[in-house]
Amino acid sequence: MSGDGATPVSPNTETDRGDDAAEHDETDRTEVQTGASAVIRALENAGVRYAFGVQGGAIMPVYDALYDSAIDHITMAHEQGAVHAATAYGTVTGDPGVCMATSGPGATNLVTGIADANMDSEPLLALTGQVPTDFVGNDAFQETDTVGVTRPITKANYFSSSPDTVGGDVSEAFGLAKMGRQGPTLVDLPKDVTQGETDADPGGPTTPGTYNPAEEADQAAVERAAERFAQAERPVILAGGGVMKADACEQLYEFATEFEVPVVTTMPAIGAFPEDHELSLSWAGMHGTGYANMAITMTDCMLAVGTRFDDRLTGGIDTFAPDADIIHADIDPAEISKNVHADYPLVGDAKAVFEQFHAAMPQAPEADEWLEQVAQWKDEYPMDYEMDEDGPIKPQFVVEVVDAATADDTIVTTGVGQHQMWASQYWTYTKPRTWVSSHGLGTMGYGLPAAIGARIAADDDQQVVCFDGDGSFLMTCQELSVAVREELDITVFVLNNAAIGMVRQWQDAFYEQRRMASEYPWMPAFDKLAEAFGARGFRIESYDEVEETVQEALDYEGPSIVDVFIDPEENVYPMVPSGGDNGLFALSEDQL
Amino acid sequence: MSGLQGPDPNERARPQGKRNEQGFRIDPEAAAEPETRRTVISALVENEPGVLAKVSGLFSRRQFNIESLTVGTTEDEELSRITLVVEESDPGIEQVEKQLAKVIPVISVRELADDAVQRELVILKVNGGSQPDKVQAVTEMYDGTTLDAGPRTITVQITGDEQKINDAIDAFRQFGIREIARTGQAALARGERWTAATEGSQATEGAKGTYADDD
Repeated sequence: MSGDGATPVSPNTETDRGDDAAEHDETDRTEVQTGASAVIRALENAGVRYAFGVQGGAIMPVYDALYDSAIDHITMAHEQGAVHAATAYGTVTGDPGVCMATSGPGATNLVTGIADANMDSEPLLALTGQVPTDFVGNDAFQETDTVGVTRPITKANYFSSSPDTVGGDVSEAFGLAKMGRQGPTLVDLPKDVTQGETDADPGGPTTPGTYNPAEEADQAAVERAAERFAQAERPVILAGGGVMKADACEQLYEFATEFEVPVVTTMPAIGAFPEDHELSLSWAGMHGTGYANMAITMTDCMLAVGTRFDDRLTGGIDTFAPDADIIHADIDPAEISKNVHADYPLVGDAKAVFEQFHAAMPQAPEADEWLEQVAQWKDEYPMDYEMDEDGPIKPQFVVEVVDAATADDTIVTTGVGQHQMWASQYWTYTKPRTWVSSHGLGTMGYGLPAAIGARIAADDDQQVVCFDGDGSFLMTCQELSVAVREELDITVFVLNNAAIGMVRQWQDAFYEQRRMASEYPWMPAFDKLAEAFGARGFRIESYDEVEETVQEALDYEGPSIVDVFIDPEENVYPMVPSGGDNGLFALSEDQL
Repeated sequence: MSGLQGPDPNERARPQGKRNEQGFRIDPEAAAEPETRRTVISALVENEPGVLAKVSGLFSRRQFNIESLTVGTTEDEELSRITLVVEESDPGIEQVEKQLAKVIPVISVRELADDAVQRELVILKVNGGSQPDKVQAVTEMYDGTTLDAGPRTITVQITGDEQKINDAIDAFRQFGIREIARTGQAALARGERWTAATEGSQATEGAKGTYADDD
């Protein structure tokens, strides 16, 4: 994992995977002769080492140029797999992941993943083929208005108009994806543009002159906010995904520990602060811990950094931290006072803001009583579950067993649903960029392709596991073919309850138990499905098999699927109902 | 292992305050809806394809209440000016400005003061062929111009602020209005003040990337 994206890695240095990159030397570097080779040169200049994609008619010139490049292309089974893998690669490395697809269906298959990256501010560059310029607008074969379709879900997108400028478009799209508030960018590449001749070198990543995100926050504003925070009686830090994106976890740690302030994270920021630290309250929101939700409800001054106050975090705005002065720091000015009014707005990069804020603190808040109160909440609302050794397996137990059997820096990816919540609640995350999930968009099927992207991004000795649900796994399980072909060491635990469990949970709670289209009367045998793909398959049906089989699957060097038959009636708690009051989180269904 | 424990919701410590829908802390007894107001926002943008689509898409996606939107070239052929009339609460207006500023080809954004110079043009086609003198009189009353006159219809143009245009349209109703085309408001800041300008023009305050801290 290379969290420091400031120094682009040369595509010609030996890669972690020690594969064919080493065979290429400087002389193999793509010559710029066409628009397509300019595109590839732009990626090389940006230090791109991997691209995830699927071939197709309109993108063929770009793939042809890739033939001569040291960039390693991972052919995915479906474009959705490519974009999720690239997004996860970005999450783990901090550098934009690159995905490629052809025009029409190739491009539209990327849409879900681009929207996902947009919601979670993940750095991502999507390159799409397009029909030749003369055909654009004529409803030609495999034509879609890709720029139009992706306009509201990209940070910026480009329709390339000339072989001479296409490389520059890619350099700018790459630069923008990473700079300021990160996000997905897209370059649409008409076939005549990529086939056309040029010798224009695209240069390195750039950003347009109209894009100038603030680095440091206004110093006077920081001082006013720090003055207020130092006076807080019930201070709390709310760390959002922006803390991770800005690589500001160290600064967060130094600030929180020096001034003894409890830290709550949002879901995307899981791992930004070690969850085994006494100041950690884990994460808050709909299924966050009771103590985190009590802290963000009762605080009188909240330092919120790099969060957009998503509704799954705040619950109803009317009851969100209603006694608190809010200090809100974000690199995107549009997030300030969008959902929650900021009493102390700070626009700047999370790392710079923490450093400024740290230096500006006149003294630590006098909050001994509050710290005792917070400790008491941690005692009062422990994360726990019922377990009967003769009964069906509790999913939380499986998560704990896998956590115990793996190293601290193990990367966890997930799909979306109940399994995702258990994986976030019962695993203790202590390192940044080890939690890889779909948050804002809630994209089922994210887990397996994300595990592929994370595996390729991770250090060789770093383990990658995926917790998936049976419903989520079925949406993208074809990517298993990629994991087998690329010999990727990942272990997928399918927490199988033969249901879209989260929907079933809501139906039970809010729809009078009318379980419409949420239960699957028949499920494939995932262990056998794994074997058919050429992966190892395991099955766990009772408690006495859990530890041994988990170890066996983890020990297998290659992709393995563990089909875990969990208690189909188990639900996710604590829970704040949608739009509810965080302080009134329910510990069980009868409290909803 | 016995499941989640802890005090019931009704046994927990509770906060005192409350927020309104905009996320402002309020007196729980006196929650009031924020009032909307009408204002003019001007944006200077790069003159490139797709900018207008980006801007208009932004407004529909975020459900901003836009009354009029005009776009045209400027003194610099590489730049266009977009003028928006919006009806929003103060937080809504702030969001319009910030979201607009986020669009990459947008160079600067500013809300204009009440005294900004504002003009709109309307072209009206009326059934006034039988009484051209009366149509002419009304046209002159509003400093308008006759663009086309035929045996059955007369087409005139009127320019002015929104109130004058509305009044003029009312006055022409007596003849029977066949068709209307309105341009929407174009506006510039009054006097020597800059409207929304480029970095070189010393008017970057309120431009991209800065947060208007009015405190």
